[in-house]
Amino acid sequence: MADELLLEIVTPERMAFSGKVDEVTIPGTEGEFGVLRGHTPLLSFVDVGVLNFTQENKKTYYAVNTGYTEVTAQKVTVLVETAERSDNIDVERAKRAKERAEERLSKMTKEDVNYEKARSALLRAITRISVAEKP
Amino acid sequence: MAALKDIKRKIVAVQKTKQITKAMNMVAASKFKAAQLRMDNFRPYARKFMDVLNSLALRVDTASHPLLAVREPKRIWVICMTSDRGLCGGFNNNLIKAAERFLMEEVRRGKETTLVTVGRKSRDYFRKKAKIKSEYTDVFGKFDMTLAVRISNDIIPPFQREEYDELYLFYNEFVNVSTQRPAVVRLFPLSSVGQDEMVDSDKRIDYLYEPSDEALLEKLLPMYVHVLVYRALLETYAGENGARMAAMDNATRNCEELIGSLTLKFNKARQAAITTELMDIVGGAEALAKG
Repeated sequence: MADELLLEIVTPERMAFSGKVDEVTIPGTEGEFGVLRGHTPLLSFVDVGVLNFTQENKKTYYAVNTGYTEVTAQKVTVLVETAERSDNIDVERAKRAKERAEERLSKMTKEDVNYEKARSALLRAITRISVAEKP
Repeated sequence: MAALKDIKRKIVAVQKTKQITKAMNMVAASKFKAAQLRMDNFRPYARKFMDVLNSLALRVDTASHPLLAVREPKRIWVICMTSDRGLCGGFNNNLIKAAERFLMEEVRRGKETTLVTVGRKSRDYFRKKAKIKSEYTDVFGKFDMTLAVRISNDIIPPFQREEYDELYLFYNEFVNVSTQRPAVVRLFPLSSVGQDEMVDSDKRIDYLYEPSDEALLEKLLPMYVHVLVYRALLETYAGENGARMAAMDNATRNCEELIGSLTLKFNKARQAAITTELMDIVGGAEALAKG
């Protein structure tokens, strides 16, 4: 097919995904953006969030951690520190992580050195839960 | 015969030791395999990362970035990265010696040195000898990128606050299963960015940068430190298990040799005992016949 787009999701641990997709949506720092084949070359930072792509009208969801993405006309490379597919996520663990992070956050003020850390942990947990609930 | 029993006991003991070293060798081998797989899996990530970083560094003036700031080196930090556990030959010792020599040399030149230790062996060795800023022990059992991030978060902010001027990382470079070489890289100020001539100009694409290219570089440089630290961790882990495999293989062979020579000794002693006994019997019989 002429309008295919190659997507690679690379993490330090492994190649999380590599294959042809129709469309991919990436959580950039400046907001979520969708990529189709023929996109202008783009480099963007990727934030903690939900990445999804469509393959034959089927959507697959990944929870990703920070990294960046490189987009060219035929290929999208996503380099992130972690990437988990929706059906691989341990919801119970994510929920526990969320509770822990919430508890820690409730005890600190914004000036606390660990505030950012706890906030991003909470963000990651919420993302993972929301991804896990996707089909 | 007391001597016979002693030798027998020794043989059994050595056999038990051999069993243990053999088992350790096999455990190390399987861990090594896993470690090698992780290294292979990491390579595409690292390569891709360097590609982008280099092409970015060519476009942006990197000299102004705080992680690249060259200052007169007065205060030096050293990361010494060893394994948590021993029984792996000279793996840790060689590295620790190299790091110590380096530290002593710098002290002699009047520099102020501080240490960050990764791995139990390095911590144990330097605990009473040097100023340790932070330590990581029992980390190699199960580690991932978050460990590299944790270490990086300990070293990046102090450098930016100008609490020290140079940072060297000592780790065992993984050459192959049986060879690990103590290696040192200068982490800060970062130097290798953008000087890589591998990026040929026609391969370079004019990207749209989001947010801006400077902002992107700002975020990528700390990630570059993560990549460097993570790679060192992976190499240390693979090297440790490779070294342990070799050491245990040697030990097993030595056990076999020892068992061989002990068995020979045992048989000789047994033969000697039988001969003496026979002599006794023959002597007694002769005495009887004469009488």
